Amino acid sequence: MSRAFTVQPGSVHTGVAGRLSDLFWRRPKLLLALMLAPPLLWLGIIYVGSLFSLLLQSFFSIDEFSGLIQYEFTLKTYRELLRPANYDIILRTTLMAAAVTLASVVIAFPISYFAARYARGRMKAIFYLGVMLPLWSSYLVKVYAWKLILAKEGILSWFFDSVGLMPVLEAVLALPVIGGNSLSVSYIGTFLVFLYVWLPFMILPIQASLERVPANLLEASGDLGASQGQTFRYVVLPLALPGIVAGSIFTFSLTLGDYIIPQIVGSSRLFIGQAVYAHQGTAGNIPLAAAFAVVPIIIMAFYLWMAKRKGAFDAL
Amino acid sequence: MNRKIVYGVMALSLLSTSPGFAASVGESEGQVNIVAWPGYIERGETDKAFDWVTKFETASGCKVNVKTANTSDEMVALMNEGGFDLVTASGDASLRLIAGKRVQEIDTDLIPSWATVDDRLKSAPWHTVGGKHYGTPYMWGPNVLMYNSKVFTAAPESWSIVFEETTLPDGKSNLGRVQAYDGPIHIADAANYLMFHKPELGIKSPYELNQEQYDAALNLLRDQRKLVGRYWHDAFIQMDDFKNEGVVASGSWPFQVNILASEGQPVASVIPKEGATGWADTTMMHSEAANPNCAYKWMEHTLSSNLQSDLAVWFGANPSVPAACTNGSGMLTKEGCSTNGFDDFDQIKFWQTPVSKCESQGECVPYYRWVSDYIGVIGGR
Repeated sequence: MSRAFTVQPGSVHTGVAGRLSDLFWRRPKLLLALMLAPPLLWLGIIYVGSLFSLLLQSFFSIDEFSGLIQYEFTLKTYRELLRPANYDIILRTTLMAAAVTLASVVIAFPISYFAARYARGRMKAIFYLGVMLPLWSSYLVKVYAWKLILAKEGILSWFFDSVGLMPVLEAVLALPVIGGNSLSVSYIGTFLVFLYVWLPFMILPIQASLERVPANLLEASGDLGASQGQTFRYVVLPLALPGIVAGSIFTFSLTLGDYIIPQIVGSSRLFIGQAVYAHQGTAGNIPLAAAFAVVPIIIMAFYLWMAKRKGAFDAL
Repeated sequence: MNRKIVYGVMALSLLSTSPGFAASVGESEGQVNIVAWPGYIERGETDKAFDWVTKFETASGCKVNVKTANTSDEMVALMNEGGFDLVTASGDASLRLIAGKRVQEIDTDLIPSWATVDDRLKSAPWHTVGGKHYGTPYMWGPNVLMYNSKVFTAAPESWSIVFEETTLPDGKSNLGRVQAYDGPIHIADAANYLMFHKPELGIKSPYELNQEQYDAALNLLRDQRKLVGRYWHDAFIQMDDFKNEGVVASGSWPFQVNILASEGQPVASVIPKEGATGWADTTMMHSEAANPNCAYKWMEHTLSSNLQSDLAVWFGANPSVPAACTNGSGMLTKEGCSTNGFDDFDQIKFWQTPVSKCESQGECVPYYRWVSDYIGVIGGR
């Protein structure tokens, strides 16, 4: 490099670091690009890229006897999804995810409301600890613990038996479809465990959104003559909706994808996650597993689109 | 990887598989990678008394690396991915591996102990195709009927207690108190039951079913679905269900029976009058095995060492070398062999992969339909 270039008008820095600093000052966009490149590459190649390479597999098919994949474009694998047995799996998982999400909203809202508006100081700390504590212990330990709680000869049956409520439990278990021989082998059991495990993911976003509802809005609403119910309906709920939607995205998608809970607690009927696991990990049918993996993505995309249309994100 | 090594290995594997060309196994490559069932390859880490790896490693100079797989389908998937030398494949995987050209023919001349293998297994159809041997027999055993000995004062005579709604000896129905295996191969157990109770269907082998026989088996399984709360997939969850879930009878492996009995649980097992299905595993060699010499050394070791004897005790299974029952190479005794069903060989229909072109009747329902239909049956279809 020639000397003439090193002494330029406006350039007071020397050395590599100094010249770099000048360069970034003159071209701020270059600095931005350099800073953004690693996370974007991570997101683009490692995250989205690997996802797409899996999804691409869904357009291949499998040789049904030897189990080897045939790398030719076909929609045969997607047609298999519509077989009654596979369609059942999709429907079952979606209904379970919807039920878990609705129940978590109903349970989480009062808890979050109390925590956001009434809990103070030490009480607030205890609240946070109470919500977060289950998240710190191993997921598997929790699920196996629930298997024992819900077992036919488990704690819950013992409790119902000792307070004389056994007929109630038996009546519930005698319900068609959702019932079973014991809580641990019924949909009710699977539902309870899902609800327990994902509840914190609903409480925290709702609580965060309720914290941001200004108290003076509620007072103004009262001053203008709104009843408590009206204040809740027209002021609190719309402002808390982004939190509810954020929480429901967590609970809904986590339930859609989980494959461990329904294997340990439930009636052996497959969920989408298990079907993906069985077809990919066990049967080596990666195309069908990939096609199954596309289903939650489509359902979530549809769900977010609906939420946006309903104005859930307007308050963001 | 160095190209020269790759060519060298390819040449070696070619040499060792062309009969009559190589008379002995070459230098050890330093390691051998095996896909195996859990509990199949023990090096004294679970229980000090059960070790059939350490001595092999010192004597041969081959380090043994094990990848466990829980189902036959998983084994086929791992072998399709590659990177392994050997697999302990059951009969419902072995034919698929041969058809997919994932395993290679072995030269029995390179395995001095081949002559000691049980004559009933030497040319068994699940590892011998067109007169070519695709592996050495490893272990075999029956799928027994495990039952709670408090509920059943006498051993149940028939599989009917897990297939049809009945009243058990304790006066209560079997509804919700029985289990079945969570794998498509369980359709064969239903077919085996029908073979005995509905001879008019003309089933000759539970693995070779025409459409009518197959539908009858599925209908039986649909009735069974009403009795079964949860299907068993994981041996340890099944044991837990026998302890806490009130399950009193189920098809099972001697493995679970032995462990539950050792914990003092009231369980026992029986092979009912209909006979039983069973598994017979074969050590098979990958068609692109990177360590063929160590693989051959391991196959010889599986037949000649304490492995057959001690593994049979450990797993509640039967050795492929009959001498292991009596020669004291390990802990197995003649009584142990009878308990594990060594003499019941003829009553057992060993797992095979169902294929469309079958021997007994020309056109049969192939395995992939078993997979999707069994998922449907469990789902209530």
